[in-house]
Amino acid sequence: MRNRGYYSGFGGAYVPEILVATFDELEDAFEDAKSDPSFRKSYEQLMASCCGRATPLTLAENLSERFGGARIYIKREDLNHTGSHKANNVMGQGLLVKRMGKTRVVAETGAGQHGVATATMAARMGLECTIYMGEVDVIRQRPNVFWMERLGATVVSVRDGSRTLKDAINEAFRDWMAHPDTTHYVLGTACGPHPFPEMVTYFQSIIGQEARRQVLNQAGKLPKRVYACVGGGSNAMGIFSGFLDDDVELVGAEAGGRGLGSGRHASRLAGGQGSIGIAQGYRSYFLQDGDGQMRETHSVAAGLDYIGVSPILAHLQRSGRARFEAVTDSEVVDAMALTMRCEGLVPALESAHGFAQAFKEVRGLAKEDVVIVNQSGRGDKDIFTVAEAFEDPGWRAFIRHKAEQYGARELHQGTA
Amino acid sequence: MALESYIKARRRQRDVLLMTHIVIGYPDYGRSMQTVEAMVEAGVDLMELQVPFSEPIADGPVILGANQRALAGGMTVSGCLDFAGKCAQRFDIPFVIMSYYNILHRYGVAAFADRMSGLGLKGAIVPDLPPEEAREYLNAMDRACLDPILLYSPNTSDERMAYLAEHARGFVYCVARPGVTGAATEFSEELTEYLGRCRAATELPLAVGLGIRDGKGMKYLRGKADIAIVGSHSIRTFDEQGTPGIRSLVQSLVAASAIGPP
Repeated sequence: MRNRGYYSGFGGAYVPEILVATFDELEDAFEDAKSDPSFRKSYEQLMASCCGRATPLTLAENLSERFGGARIYIKREDLNHTGSHKANNVMGQGLLVKRMGKTRVVAETGAGQHGVATATMAARMGLECTIYMGEVDVIRQRPNVFWMERLGATVVSVRDGSRTLKDAINEAFRDWMAHPDTTHYVLGTACGPHPFPEMVTYFQSIIGQEARRQVLNQAGKLPKRVYACVGGGSNAMGIFSGFLDDDVELVGAEAGGRGLGSGRHASRLAGGQGSIGIAQGYRSYFLQDGDGQMRETHSVAAGLDYIGVSPILAHLQRSGRARFEAVTDSEVVDAMALTMRCEGLVPALESAHGFAQAFKEVRGLAKEDVVIVNQSGRGDKDIFTVAEAFEDPGWRAFIRHKAEQYGARELHQGTA
Repeated sequence: MALESYIKARRRQRDVLLMTHIVIGYPDYGRSMQTVEAMVEAGVDLMELQVPFSEPIADGPVILGANQRALAGGMTVSGCLDFAGKCAQRFDIPFVIMSYYNILHRYGVAAFADRMSGLGLKGAIVPDLPPEEAREYLNAMDRACLDPILLYSPNTSDERMAYLAEHARGFVYCVARPGVTGAATEFSEELTEYLGRCRAATELPLAVGLGIRDGKGMKYLRGKADIAIVGSHSIRTFDEQGTPGIRSLVQSLVAASAIGPP
């Protein structure tokens, strides 16, 4: 490994010796692809023909009117194939897997979006696929497990540690260490050892490139602010990277969970809750105790429920280029409800963090100002969690009825 | 005595030495101390004491589980260091610390090295810290007169082995196969060739780990390496047969390593 991938001292590549050669190979393949002008072109063609890009930039007129401040534009990653921005990174890494001649991919997933995207890519590109998912997430995101399995992936429920995203990442690394020659680890976020933060950003930057072009066309000006939710940081890096050189404020919304004071959250950058550590192969801010043991995290959104954050985002905070705020679970559910009712859009619970933060701030901007919110994914996958948060009586009755049906059928099969 | 000269002196009496591993605090403080005692009495040559970490990325299910159990039991880093200090005081064999880099980083790398040295420990194994990221650690270990033990793996190139040898002290930990701790290793021609490359790359003693379970592994290593490392298998043995099982496992491994016909 030659380039260690540092950003203001964050990043690096803290990899066990068994993976050093594999990372060298990956870095070579990525550098080679980047310098090949036909690669980005073939990537963009694939994203157009298979994933429906460019995704639209939608003016949210009713929400803008309601808050009476800046006009709110929404970048519609929910309309990307598989329902979130995750496919941008996955398809790009899939092309690299083909260039490296590997035959198998593994991936971690939290909300299940990255797992579904990876299983989709693997089916299309003829690769064997194993997805690691924390047991807690398997339970709360069951519909995505169903789709991954239907797409031909093996889903492994991880029962170690806190049984969430970080534990799934550890297991995916362990699998990779055992099969470095045949397998590529499609890491889903802009974290992990170099070159992953840079590589994931490279593929996700398609969001920001489109959004910048679109906002100039549609609004005739650059936005004042760009909002994105931040778990590991891939959708935020994707949209932010289109505006890094502009006079545009970049705002990341982290999971405030039950509130920063409760200790039940996943805010690493906002509110000074995280501290610098080295885990999962990179140096960044982590939620950890005084001994360096990782803490339990919490968010209503499984995709944000993670201990670390992209080293590039840590760098953007340190340099003052980006600002990070925490949004609580209940603010998120309210923002989601409002967006559905006002605009007919269904943001994922993850994405709704960005919406909630924008809603808090747009009144303070002028009517002629523009902001963009990245709707990183669609919320229909969250139906169980959302229905519970809304305490929807009809949904409860439906589930009860379904359970009775299944129970009766099993009883019937058992006695037959 | 420094690790390297201890190993070389001890090797004049035995073909292959034995290094065992425990996770400090597994299943609890008292029983991990009893395990060390049983291993030392049964003739182990040196020991690796793992300070548990919540994200032990290079460890398989057995050691991962032991890490979690130790942490759930309230094991702290300073408690682990006290434990290691007691071992070094009570038993006349070298002890090295194994942990992940965040544990050292949070403690303060220089402070951690100084503490290890003050407690009479001999070195450390940090599997997620390649030397490219390790300047602070290597300097601190050097100042504290401790050996940074580095790793080789089957896909480490000859060129990189030479680079690693420049920074390694004490001995080199040769990972026998791809993967994490705990799975079986086949003693194949490929492994023999790899150990030949390791031997050619460094004058330091070679320790071979990942998947050694019985006398067969010890005999295989004769003439190819200096130390056999037994990790997950001793935890499994403890789980199934307790301290007496540990004692007879170590005795049988030591017996299989006496100088004799291969």
